[in-house]
Amino acid sequence: MNERVRVTMEVNGRTEEVFTEPRTLLSDVLRDELDLTGTHVACEHGVCGACTVLVDGVAVRSCLMFGVQADGASVTTVEGLTPGDGLSPVQAAMRDCHALQCGFCTPGIVVSLTAYLESRPHPTDDDLKEALSGNLCRCTGYQGIIAAARQAADAMARDAGVSSG
Amino acid sequence: MKPSPFEYHAPESVAEVVGLLAEHGDEAKPLAGGQSLVPMMSLRLAAYPHLVDLRRVESLRTIERVDGHVRVGAMVRQAVAETDELVADVPLLARAIPHIGHFQIRNRGTVGGSIAHADPASELPAVALALDAEMEVSGPGGNRRVPAAEFFESTWQTSLGEGEVLTAVDFPLWDAGAGFAVEEVARRHGDFALVGAVVGVRLNDDHVMDAAIAMFGVGTTPVRSAAGEAALVAGGIDADLREVGRAAAAHLEPTDDVHASAAYRRQVAPTVVARALARALEEARS
Repeated sequence: MNERVRVTMEVNGRTEEVFTEPRTLLSDVLRDELDLTGTHVACEHGVCGACTVLVDGVAVRSCLMFGVQADGASVTTVEGLTPGDGLSPVQAAMRDCHALQCGFCTPGIVVSLTAYLESRPHPTDDDLKEALSGNLCRCTGYQGIIAAARQAADAMARDAGVSSG
Repeated sequence: MKPSPFEYHAPESVAEVVGLLAEHGDEAKPLAGGQSLVPMMSLRLAAYPHLVDLRRVESLRTIERVDGHVRVGAMVRQAVAETDELVADVPLLARAIPHIGHFQIRNRGTVGGSIAHADPASELPAVALALDAEMEVSGPGGNRRVPAAEFFESTWQTSLGEGEVLTAVDFPLWDAGAGFAVEEVARRHGDFALVGAVVGVRLNDDHVMDAAIAMFGVGTTPVRSAAGEAALVAGGIDADLREVGRAAAAHLEPTDDVHASAAYRRQVAPTVVARALARALEEARS
């Protein structure tokens, strides 16, 4: 039962093969096997959202699935959302709006918000609060994060408008 | 904490699932979306030597319309059902799903997993009960159908027998003139409800033709209230909804927990039911 099994997945655009116990959570596979320590682990039971990653394009808690369940899947972590040069619109907005203090929750928020804004380009402020409700932050009181979400949403909508026409 | 070791199986057909469950007996557990099972295993509240992941079984992911029902495969993700055109014809189901956790949870969580997990504070078991949904079950004895009223037995316990797996849920469609509403009180957005109600009403002129009231978070199973439904049908559209709520909640036996006392739940339940009914009636009238 402790035997390791082979798991092949695409992580941030690269094909990765790991040998892992079935019980190892995806969050631990990413951090311990692939050294992608941007994915943070806090509550480890799906409440805090710090470990959020994209699996096949949608945001999920990586502590609420086993690595073996990602066999054949495409996984994107916060590292994969970060441009080679500079910051993504969501990351830049987080910096501009002082949306982090200790920064522990930040990767989960960046991943969640990026996925949300791509699927919903013109959110209301209430939509953004709803989108952020699955990520706990114990430092900021959330106001900076909400401001960052607004700025990122507007920037991404503007960019989409430019590229489409 | 980390889950205890297990052997992982990912079969591709219901027959293989049933075979694996038969082979490993009570050492095996089906894994659907894992949004309840995985944290319970991580907290060591649950341990199974064999997990049978249903993710590769294509036939469990279909949504179809069949004879006055919408059949939702057990492995349909909640996020998929939330915006599905066929599920939109079952408004109570479509409206209950956004109350489940957060969007990241609904991207993994499944309709069948939530119902088979049978948490008494969760929304979908109450929806199944209110709508008289029927469960499609496969097991060593073949396939059978179980009415929702006979499915939920206690906290995390259903009438699924050893080696049986939930494969689909049939949600009946209601005739025109209906209204539906979901109402709940929770400490924080996305938390389990302290008290919740899902209701449906169908009107013909001023008469209430059909009424369905189910509450959750108020006992060891979701609770359907025939007394509340009868009070609404008798009272018609001018019924005193507070009285109907009181009738619906009269025999509840909620428990104390860290989130709320039983007394609080008993006090809140009639109001939650009344609010849900007010919205459902408004929709049915329009």
